[in-house]
Amino acid sequence: MGTLNQEIMTVDELIARFEVFDDWEERYLYLMDLGRKLPAFDESWKTEENLVEGCVSQVWLVSKIHHEPSTRVEFRADSDSQIVKGLVSILIMLHSNQSPADIISHDIDGLFTKLGLTDHLSPSRKNGFYAMIRRLRALASTYVS
Amino acid sequence: MLDGRKIRDDFPIFERKIRGRDLVFLDTAASSQKPNCVIDSLSQFYRDSNANVHRGLYVLSMEATHKLEQSRKHVAEFAGANPDEYYTVFVRGTTEAINLVACSHALQSLGSGDEILITELEHHANLVPWQMVAKQTGATLRYAQIDADGRLDLDHFFDQVNDKTKLVSFVHASNVLGTINPAKEIVSRLNERGIVTMIDGAQAVPTMPVNVSDIGCSAYAFSAHKMLGPTGVGVLFLKKDLADNMVPYQLGGGMIFKVKYDTTRFADPPERFEAGTPAFAEISAFSSALSYLEELGMDNVLKHEQQMASYMVETLGKIEGLKLFGPPDDHDRLAIVSFELDNIHAHDLGMFLDFQGICVRVGHHCAQPLMEKLNTTSTTRASAYIYNSEEDIDILASALREAQSYFSRTLG
Repeated sequence: MGTLNQEIMTVDELIARFEVFDDWEERYLYLMDLGRKLPAFDESWKTEENLVEGCVSQVWLVSKIHHEPSTRVEFRADSDSQIVKGLVSILIMLHSNQSPADIISHDIDGLFTKLGLTDHLSPSRKNGFYAMIRRLRALASTYVS
Repeated sequence: MLDGRKIRDDFPIFERKIRGRDLVFLDTAASSQKPNCVIDSLSQFYRDSNANVHRGLYVLSMEATHKLEQSRKHVAEFAGANPDEYYTVFVRGTTEAINLVACSHALQSLGSGDEILITELEHHANLVPWQMVAKQTGATLRYAQIDADGRLDLDHFFDQVNDKTKLVSFVHASNVLGTINPAKEIVSRLNERGIVTMIDGAQAVPTMPVNVSDIGCSAYAFSAHKMLGPTGVGVLFLKKDLADNMVPYQLGGGMIFKVKYDTTRFADPPERFEAGTPAFAEISAFSSALSYLEELGMDNVLKHEQQMASYMVETLGKIEGLKLFGPPDDHDRLAIVSFELDNIHAHDLGMFLDFQGICVRVGHHCAQPLMEKLNTTSTTRASAYIYNSEEDIDILASALREAQSYFSRTLG
């Protein structure tokens, strides 16, 4: 994996971006646009092992640790669903440039509601979202000795 | 053809607006909507006749028991299960019926070296129980293949049948592709060889005339909720000679003849398989659903089904980038149509359609091996019933075209 040059936002910045859109059509278009901006995901990474269990669509997540200039985890992801790809891109954005310990303790509960997605996403999609968070944390924890 | 728009007047749910739009319900293969007569019948039962069935010696209990037994007679007549040949067992649904036969018959009588044959079209409910039986008894589970059009390859099917085949279970009509299998032809050839046959009729009985005695299978199952009836009611017809030798499925009240501290003598079927309090209010109300369908005439229901199937295949087939699965014409198929649209994930599409008030099912439809065979992980499935009209399909088709442009748009 190369260096990360993806847009980075904080939770508040992300919420502010979503608030601009007052209808679901634009909000989801924006979400899908974020997904399209994810860096390329190598086809060879689409393995059973990298597949996130508990998602109704297929989501693959891989990670790599960088120690220079500081310790941080880089994530890459892909999905066969445009909506889910948008969701996972949000998660990657929020966890970029963080150390494994920060990722494990990063609290983003309630994010779903704050982004105004609650009314439109099915319970299984929501479960999938939390399954992705669990996988991000599990990947990060492999770098904690 | 039935007038779907007129029939809709009998179904109060169609007064409901979804996000300000009329409800377009194309998910009957999962569960049907209910007409007023069924809703009223259920509520009337609780108002007038409610008491537990069977053992009460008072008027209310006797009335409730009578209604339950009337429903039993009614459903056997409806599906042509001759009471001289078949027991009518009430269960919770098709899934429980298949599990019952798997546990009370197959687990007891199959062994290592025996074979079970099912097909690639099966719902998990008619697949996982047989996997469990094979694992526990040492029997081998075989699959009959489907052809490119999603129809059962009968030559391959019968190539799988041999002297070791002890049980064959197959779906009458597919919940994913709508394919109708030639049940009578299959069963008559298996009966010649003395093989036990089980049929999953969950999609067939609601949509076409079915005569179980004429088919001649050992066991036939379906669910009330897919055919205008209440939830929690399933029907299992069991050939008497098979059922008499089957052990109980669950143990408890209502299924015993005599209990002592050390031994129990079980009641005869159907009670042997009906432990505990049945869903008696729902079973009673189910009779009203059967009457409603009888009034329409199952021949007419099937005609409507096939006309809808034909219109769906034709209309959806015109959309560029839409890939239909299953039989390409209306011959021997139901109005259950699975498809993929461009590279839009079925879940994304389902969400978009929901915003338009259109109810379809997305995912693997409890048939993951079939999805693998079709080389996909999930499809979108539209299924029509008596209350649908061509207009619903036109609305769906235009929403699908809108979805194509929505999912290829960017904010820029």
